[in-house]
Amino acid sequence: MSKSDRRIDIEEISGVTVARLLEKKILDEANIDSLGQELFALVDKDGRKKIVLDFTLVEYLSSAALGKLITMHKKTSTAGGKLALCSIQKDILDVFKITQLNKVLTLCNNLDDAIKKIG
Amino acid sequence: MNEHVEFEASIPSKLYEDFGLQDKIVQLMERFSYSVRDVFAVRLAVEEGVANAIRHGNRFDESKLVRITCRIDDSKLRMEISDQGAGFELGAVPDPTQANFIERPTGRGLLLLREYMDRFEYADGGRCLILERERNSLLPVMQG
Repeated sequence: MSKSDRRIDIEEISGVTVARLLEKKILDEANIDSLGQELFALVDKDGRKKIVLDFTLVEYLSSAALGKLITMHKKTSTAGGKLALCSIQKDILDVFKITQLNKVLTLCNNLDDAIKKIG
Repeated sequence: MNEHVEFEASIPSKLYEDFGLQDKIVQLMERFSYSVRDVFAVRLAVEEGVANAIRHGNRFDESKLVRITCRIDDSKLRMEISDQGAGFELGAVPDPTQANFIERPTGRGLLLLREYMDRFEYADGGRCLILERERNSLLPVMQG
């Protein structure tokens, strides 16, 4: 996969994998399926246990994207790992609250908080 | 009469195609000075409404179309999203926030449509979704 095709950018910080979501709009199914495959590979293929998803760049997301995040949460938990989401813009945070997924997923204000939470 | 714009489009039942529908509607919303909040809500609604029509209505049958009509003026945007499927009973759809369903990966689209749109209803036995959002609407109402 070429760099321009990637939906996430990976960095290791203090033993935590930080995956920065690169798409502004996580709306259409093609993007969402590709994003899901890249996220799931962090657990299924790479065996990573502590993962932060950085939402700084994300401006829109749909319910199909929420579905991938729930599946990612389950995969991480099943593997004995931890997942946190951070730096979520206000409009998107509202989507998490309306669907009450803020009670299921670990949402943090910023990257430092997320690393501390699961590190 | 106030200026208004109407258009109609029919798209095949393919989730992976980008038909430019959202961008076209957003351009109209910007022309009529809708808020950023309105644009966020309508992008979400178009995505959820069309995806539901393709997935649950037409069941990915590419011989069936999804028809979208849109009317916008400086006070309100109205959309109708119609499929050619068997229809459904809105009341039979489970609440995705209930404990039994909260960790399921699907089933949140209707909840989002209801919360973000001033009018949300199904006609024609569940085959026609009617959505309206007023300009500068304050939806969604957030608790706390």
